[in-house]
Amino acid sequence: MAALGPLSRITRLGCNFCRNHRLVFNRNSQKRGIASCIDPSYGLTDEQKEFQKVAFDFAANEMAPHMAEWDQKEVFPVETMRKAAQLGFGGIYTRPEVGGSGLSRLDTSIIFEALSTGCVSTTAYISIHNMCAWMIDTFGNDEQRERFCPDLCSMEKFASYCLTEPGSGSDAASLLTSAQRKGDHYVLNGSKAFISGGGDTDVYVVMCRTGGKGPKGISCLVVEKGTPGLSFGKKEKKVGWNCQPTRAVIFEDCSVPATNRLGEEGQGFNIAMKGLNGGRINIASCSLGAAHASVLLARDHLLVRKQFGKTLANNQFLQFKLAEMATKLVASRLLVREAATALQENRADAVSLCSMAKLFVTDECFNVCNQALQMHGGYGYLKDYAVQQFVRDIRVHQILEGTNEVMRMIISRNLLTES
Amino acid sequence: MSGRVLVGVKRVIDYAVKIRVKPDNTGVVTDGVKHSMNPFCEIAVEEAVKLKEKKLVKEVVAVSCGPQQSQETIRTALAMGADRGIHVEVSGNDYETLGPLQVSKIMAALAKKEDAQIIILGKQAIDDDCNQTGQMTAALLDWPQGTFASEVTLDGDKIKVVREIDGGLETIKINTPAVLTADLRLNTPRYATLPNIMKAKKKKIANVKPADLGVNLTSKLEVLRVEDPPQRQAGMKVETVEDLVGKLKELGKV
Repeated sequence: MAALGPLSRITRLGCNFCRNHRLVFNRNSQKRGIASCIDPSYGLTDEQKEFQKVAFDFAANEMAPHMAEWDQKEVFPVETMRKAAQLGFGGIYTRPEVGGSGLSRLDTSIIFEALSTGCVSTTAYISIHNMCAWMIDTFGNDEQRERFCPDLCSMEKFASYCLTEPGSGSDAASLLTSAQRKGDHYVLNGSKAFISGGGDTDVYVVMCRTGGKGPKGISCLVVEKGTPGLSFGKKEKKVGWNCQPTRAVIFEDCSVPATNRLGEEGQGFNIAMKGLNGGRINIASCSLGAAHASVLLARDHLLVRKQFGKTLANNQFLQFKLAEMATKLVASRLLVREAATALQENRADAVSLCSMAKLFVTDECFNVCNQALQMHGGYGYLKDYAVQQFVRDIRVHQILEGTNEVMRMIISRNLLTES
Repeated sequence: MSGRVLVGVKRVIDYAVKIRVKPDNTGVVTDGVKHSMNPFCEIAVEEAVKLKEKKLVKEVVAVSCGPQQSQETIRTALAMGADRGIHVEVSGNDYETLGPLQVSKIMAALAKKEDAQIIILGKQAIDDDCNQTGQMTAALLDWPQGTFASEVTLDGDKIKVVREIDGGLETIKINTPAVLTADLRLNTPRYATLPNIMKAKKKKIANVKPADLGVNLTSKLEVLRVEDPPQRQAGMKVETVEDLVGKLKELGKV
């Protein structure tokens, strides 16, 4: 727990158990205490609770102890992610025939939410990786699925999603990276910006222009690292998400076999957007995990820190603030889970709901984490305390996978378009 | 030889929970509190599953005694690799007074009924710290016991057990059938994988009543009072060694 340094660690009555390295209290261990209103296991099936338990245990034991170090040293935790893949986290909603776990979007959301309490940045990368594996599994032909998916699901190989360019972010359909058909190859020219994992990953799912302007001219190609003409920019220095390298991906007469094209020419934008629907739920789920962890950290701090002769928990303003944070957290969780269910069932409102969930949840959870930091006072600003990392890590969730402004565009278009 | 291993798993308050004593001092608060499998039981399950993976035993059966919620604990064992479960239903007052003697009677009865070759239990539960069930079960069955096991090796129809004792490590060889209790360093329990959790859904959990096993659950123990340990008192700082010795003499410690 991120309690004040000199405060004693709370040990169990009469048990000399703390020798087990898995169970030593570290500054990040969550106090899984009296069932509270924010317990994320409410309303889940027994099986989902089991999935959640594994994810929480993995997060607490394998990720949380290293979260700060990974952030400060900018480590891409390959071994830990491979351990996660062994449990089935490499292709959670990818089909079992190619090595995935074949779970639902809701199961996926629950898992990412739990993993995120251990490290947001790593979990967010795992979710991007999952999105790419799903895109190949869903839109690729059998040969492509068998070629790429098993290695992705086991995380023998890592994937990156390449849509954004220096000149096209929100206006994704105006992308310029060109792919000229030359015999049985496409020759790619252009560059992608802000690519998560770029340079360290093996498989790049690239949206590029094979046809005319606009979304209908875009196709989706899978480019493998080592292909001549594929190079990377410098590693970006970021405020958060430091467990994953972010680089520009550069194509200079990069020749890619036509058999690497997912789906038909002109289908690329559609594939990209379908991938993002799920990606938005995943990113929102990561925000949920961070907010959940932050509320627990804030609660623990309020129970321990004393000012004016009493613990902060006696202060009505802080009590009410904590209540508001908890309420926003639970409301966010319900919205994400509903969006996940809608997407799974292919409901008519799925796309809007995913956008609403991403918009609402990333904004609200950032506020929750920010307020949790405020409640820590000066300590909240120190890197010794986890809450600042949650704040820094989820700040970008309001920007990527479609800015929250673009989410508003999608929702308003749904409302205002004459049907 | 049936090649069957019985593993006892207990549902206890999660190790990370901050324990609170009930205001009436009759026990600790359990309502609404997060529970999970006793960590030593996890180690026991892991060892049993490892033996099965090495093809040294044929079947791993997870057993838990308690109310409806104990089935969750059995499911966790199934997700770790146990083949099937047995839930011995004990609830209400019987559950309040359920202790090592009652559980060991149940385990002994089940061992005979299931023709078990090995019983693996955790060395103790983290709620009562009794460290008795394994030993009592062995006594009731008149089986050898390898307790505080930090290493278990099957050798024909014998088992070599390295035990963690006060003086260090003791190695014994016992005949099967036998009872083993798992100590901390026996192994590191695996995480259940997503596919295994899904497979566990299809595995069977049989429901059994203690009466069906001919076990009487009455306990001769009565809990009189439960209270928090005393608050840690402040110490005293002294300037010199002479002061320290003086103070120790004053307090009658030296």
